[in-house]
Amino acid sequence: MDAPRESEPTHMKNRTTVERKSERELVVTRTINGPVRLVFEAWTKPELFRQWWVPKSMGMSLLSCEMDVRVGGRYRLEFAHGDSQSAFFGTYKEVTPHSRLVWTNEESDEGSVTTVTFAEKGGKTLLVMHELYPSKEALDAAGTGAADAMGETFEQLDELLVTLGASVGRS
Amino acid sequence: MVQYTPARLDDSFAALSDATRRGVLEQLGRSDASITDLAEKFHMTLTGMKKHVGVLEETGLVTTEKVGRVRTCKLGPRRLEKETAWLERYRRLWDARFDELDKVVDQLKRKEKTDGRTKRE
Repeated sequence: MDAPRESEPTHMKNRTTVERKSERELVVTRTINGPVRLVFEAWTKPELFRQWWVPKSMGMSLLSCEMDVRVGGRYRLEFAHGDSQSAFFGTYKEVTPHSRLVWTNEESDEGSVTTVTFAEKGGKTLLVMHELYPSKEALDAAGTGAADAMGETFEQLDELLVTLGASVGRS
Repeated sequence: MVQYTPARLDDSFAALSDATRRGVLEQLGRSDASITDLAEKFHMTLTGMKKHVGVLEETGLVTTEKVGRVRTCKLGPRRLEKETAWLERYRRLWDARFDELDKVVDQLKRKEKTDGRTKRE
C-alpha cells in the first residue's frame, strides 16, 4: 500500500443524526467527505463495503460479504460475534447509480426496507438512510439489537435511564 | 408520540452529563421539591440551582410551577425511557460505520489522485 502520510489532519468529523420519524421508520443522515461516485462505489463494491460496514466498536467480524448490486440481485453478509454466527440477507429493489439504493432484509418476516439516497454538494455527499419496518415491534427489536451490538459504552447511562423511567412511572 | 429529534437528544444528553442534574432528577423522582430545597440538598446557591433546573426544564425533563413565592420542581412530561438510550446507541453505531466509510472514501480519493489521468477515460 501507500507510504503512510499522516502529516495533515484530514477533516472535521461529520455529524451523524438519527430520528425516529414514526413508529415504523428511522432516518439516519450523514455527510461523507467525498464525491458521490466514490461514496456510491464504497456502498456497492463488496471489497470496499466490507472495509467499513463492521466497525471495530461493534465487537463483530465479517466472515463473508456477497453483493449482487442490481435490481433483483441479492446480498448476504455473515458475521461472527464471540462463538455465535449470524447472517443478514435480502434483495436489491432499486439501484440508481450515484443516487439511490433500496434493499430488503429477509432474515425474518419482520424485516425492514432500507432506502439510501446520495446527494452531492460541494464535493461532499449527503447520505439519507431511511428504514421502514413492518411494525413498531419490529423496529424496536431491530433497533435494540443493533444498539446492543455497540456494547457497554452506554451501560451506565442506561442504568440511570431505567431508574428514572421507573420513578417517572410512579407519579 | 414524542419526537426524539437529534437536537432534543443532544440536549438531553448534555443535560444528563452533569452529576448535579442527574442527582436532581433522581431526587425529583422521589418527590417534588422547591428550588430552595434542592439548593440546600446539593449545597449550592439558589442561583446555581436555578441554572441547573433551567437546563433540565428546557429539555422537558423537569417542569416548574410557581405557587405564591415558592417555585416547585417536578419531573416533566418528557418520558425518559429506554428508547432514548437505544436511539443514541443506534446513532453511535451508524456514526462509527460512517467514520469508517469516510476513511474508505478518503483512500479512494487519494488513489484517484495518485493514479492521475492514466486511469481516467
